[in-house]
Amino acid sequence: MSSLITVAKRVSSAVPSLIGVVIVTFLLARALPGDPAAYYAGASATPESIAQIRAKLGLDRSWLVQFGDYVNHLVHGDLGQSVSSGAPVLTDLATRLPASIELTGAALLFALLLGLPLGILAATRPGSPVDHLCRVLVTVGAAFPTFFVALLLVFVFYFKLGIAPEPLGRLNEIYQTAPPTVTGLLLVDTLLAGDGEAFRAAFGQLVLPAVSLGLFALAPIARITRAAMLEALASDYARTARAMGLARGRIVFVYALRNAALPIVNILGMVFSFLLGANVLVEQVFAWPGIGAYAVKAVIASDYAAVQGFVLMMAVVFILLNLGVDLLAAAMDPRVRYDG
Amino acid sequence: MADATATAAFWSEARHLAVENKLTLVAGLILVGLCVLAIGGAAMAPYDPLTTDVSATLKGPSLAHWFGTDALGRDLLSRVIVATRLDLGMAVGAVALSFLCGTTLGAVGGYLGGWADGLIGRVMDTIMAFPLFVLAMGIVAALGNSVANIVLATAIINLPFYARFARAEVNVRRELTYVDAARMGGNAPARVLARHIVPNILPTMAVQASLNLGWAILNAAGLSFIGLGVRPPMPEWGIMVSEGASYIISGEWWTFAFPGFALVLAVFCFNLIGDGLRDLIDPRRRT
Amino acid sequence: MSEPLLSVQGLTLDFETRKGRVKALEDISFSLARGEILGIVGESGSGKSVLSFAIMGLLDAAARMRSGAIRFEGMDLAQKGAVAALRGRELSMIFQSPRTALNPIRRVGQQIEDVLVRHGPMPRAKAREAAVAAIARVRIPDAERRARAFPFELSGGMCQRIMIAMALACSPSLLIADEPTTGLDVTTQAVVMDLIRDLVKETRMGAILITHDLALAGEYCDRLMVMHAGHVVETAPTESLFGALRHPYTRRLFAATPTAAATLDDLAVIPGALPDLRGTLPFCRYRDRCERCEPDCDSGPVPFDVIAPDHAVRCRHPA
Repeated sequence: MSSLITVAKRVSSAVPSLIGVVIVTFLLARALPGDPAAYYAGASATPESIAQIRAKLGLDRSWLVQFGDYVNHLVHGDLGQSVSSGAPVLTDLATRLPASIELTGAALLFALLLGLPLGILAATRPGSPVDHLCRVLVTVGAAFPTFFVALLLVFVFYFKLGIAPEPLGRLNEIYQTAPPTVTGLLLVDTLLAGDGEAFRAAFGQLVLPAVSLGLFALAPIARITRAAMLEALASDYARTARAMGLARGRIVFVYALRNAALPIVNILGMVFSFLLGANVLVEQVFAWPGIGAYAVKAVIASDYAAVQGFVLMMAVVFILLNLGVDLLAAAMDPRVRYDG
Repeated sequence: MADATATAAFWSEARHLAVENKLTLVAGLILVGLCVLAIGGAAMAPYDPLTTDVSATLKGPSLAHWFGTDALGRDLLSRVIVATRLDLGMAVGAVALSFLCGTTLGAVGGYLGGWADGLIGRVMDTIMAFPLFVLAMGIVAALGNSVANIVLATAIINLPFYARFARAEVNVRRELTYVDAARMGGNAPARVLARHIVPNILPTMAVQASLNLGWAILNAAGLSFIGLGVRPPMPEWGIMVSEGASYIISGEWWTFAFPGFALVLAVFCFNLIGDGLRDLIDPRRRT
Repeated sequence: MSEPLLSVQGLTLDFETRKGRVKALEDISFSLARGEILGIVGESGSGKSVLSFAIMGLLDAAARMRSGAIRFEGMDLAQKGAVAALRGRELSMIFQSPRTALNPIRRVGQQIEDVLVRHGPMPRAKAREAAVAAIARVRIPDAERRARAFPFELSGGMCQRIMIAMALACSPSLLIADEPTTGLDVTTQAVVMDLIRDLVKETRMGAILITHDLALAGEYCDRLMVMHAGHVVETAPTESLFGALRHPYTRRLFAATPTAAATLDDLAVIPGALPDLRGTLPFCRYRDRCERCEPDCDSGPVPFDVIAPDHAVRCRHPA
């Protein structure tokens, strides 16, 4: 019962954030320079047609009414029309979202698979080469801009070494045919279709972008893991475990790591904020057909509805991810559940 | 009297830590060097950063051009040097703005409590509800494509860090005896804040700011990379990397590598200084 | 004469730190028999905990044993792996601040099970029953439900009893209790100490009680050992010690204990402070605080003389 209350509390705390996000995206659209009506009307419009368009778009009414309209549209899933593609923004985003999810998911997996063991090893072998490697990686890794890392990797692995495939999106359509869309995640869909070759090709295309994106997230994960493990291993309860003769493996993994996991989960929020943002940069470099690349094109083309839709969607995804992280933290720490 | 000995102790501890941590010292020196370049600007560059030379396009690093030339024959070393002013300027401007506004808002909220605190808190929470780079993109797209707006956007997304920190510190100190004494002495709230509380929270806030500078550079460079803010032919590290990106597959690596490494160097130094300052202020937090 | 359970002879131990060598223990000798409770008393920083950690092999990498031997039932504990094999099985220790000494996110019953399974062979299912039985044995009512609790849900006294249950789960021969009742209220102190004493007598194990509370030591210990700045300065059976305090430090220590009738002004103070254990130290580490100090106190290492049956003092001019 108390768990249900905890879940309800966490979910309800996400609501004010959602409201705030909707308000901010509304304000951003209204803060545009120039006259949006004139823009939509086109270069050769007359003052009358501009006035018509303004009335049609509801731009002549009060801000409160406009906000009401905006929320109304949102609730019906209407994010406006993209000027560049001509399609509804929601459709554009929905088609491209799986690509971004696949990329970000792979990047997170990479960062965790590398960062967690690195941090644990650094903490259990202080002063060793692994510890020094961890510390160097954390300091240096945090200084490299993601887009630069991406370009460096392309240069080294594609141009110089020829190991990586050409950075032109998710699948080279010349050699492979895309599998039928089930989840939108190529790695999953190719497996479901039983197409091993396409799977390998899709995987090959995914490696470099995922590593570029994940490397920057690796730094805080490794750093927090190492710090949290050091603290856990030096704690009173670890000493008790040693005094009771428990095996080293149990002390490290069941006693120390489970306690260290709490601060690690807590920085995942910050890690997600970074991943969702840097997504845009990596998609640019690798011509990845996700919502990040879409947003960049939209910004350059002054496609305001598309930009607004993108910002809103990213914010909603981020709020949901944070909610997930919160719930995970509550599930892992009985003390949190107790306090509600 | 007590302040004099306190500052003397601070500086001796700083010297001790500086000697202990030579890497931080080196970072500091490099940073000073970058500041010199930023202030000197074009005067320190061997060539004019804007002069094109179609006969010398995309030449690799040589004695004449240490960093090579770009697609328009411009000397890359000069462009990287001149870009220092813009990149450091954007970061410092954004962090200064963020620091001043964020600290003030946080301190006011923490001190006054009530609806003011609630409102400021809500605004900060809303900013934090966005992935920060995405929000910066949205702000620049909405307000217009200019360098000033990049600075403003970077400042806005960094506000919550300072506001929350200041609020927490002020909250802790609000009930301390010396503050109560000041209040009972008839001082107005603003005066109490300004003269008694704020000077005490400045050291920890300064650490926040220095840790933030590196992040601000990355943010601004990221925005420029995707084409926001800075317009060619203005030299700026982010946009130079973007311009150089097209030449990777033809092998002219110097066009993107040198501006990129300039970014890495600057961010790296700021991070080290920030860590060093944090170790100085609060030795308990050393990781 | 049977082999003592624990025998420490001439133990000298340093810590190598960046700020110099800390001479934490020097020439510590004592022994413990089965069924006996030895109390180690002294100020904070006198080396009591360091000694207990040394016996258990829990010191960190900076510790260096310079000389001496620690023997458990005749076996040399300094041998590689010897003490690690005995921890939790034959040698057990409980600590101060029981709530932080237990894993905060693991149920207490599971923590006891971990010890049982480790020193098995014992399957998990059986360990669960045994853990509940162990909790009942330390006089915690409703043991089955309590086993599923987390440490933060239990009081300090109960946490300490859980720790005792963990420590005694495998019926060790030696229990070291490092300040087990500090921070607990007086009634709970009595409950915990009574429990320890009863279990010791029941199982005929040996116990070392480390405390700075002289009254507690006097009530529950068969023998007392007084430590100062890394030295053992006096050791005697409790009854005879209370009648005849010989070392100047012991006399001051006992005089400094506040009684119910005392006021703040009545409190006797031991002058000076513990010497810095880095750098050069005098042969008698108490000399700078001692009112009985004579020139010959500096003449050489102070011998540990037996002045009465089972009563020894490290002093050239005992009272």
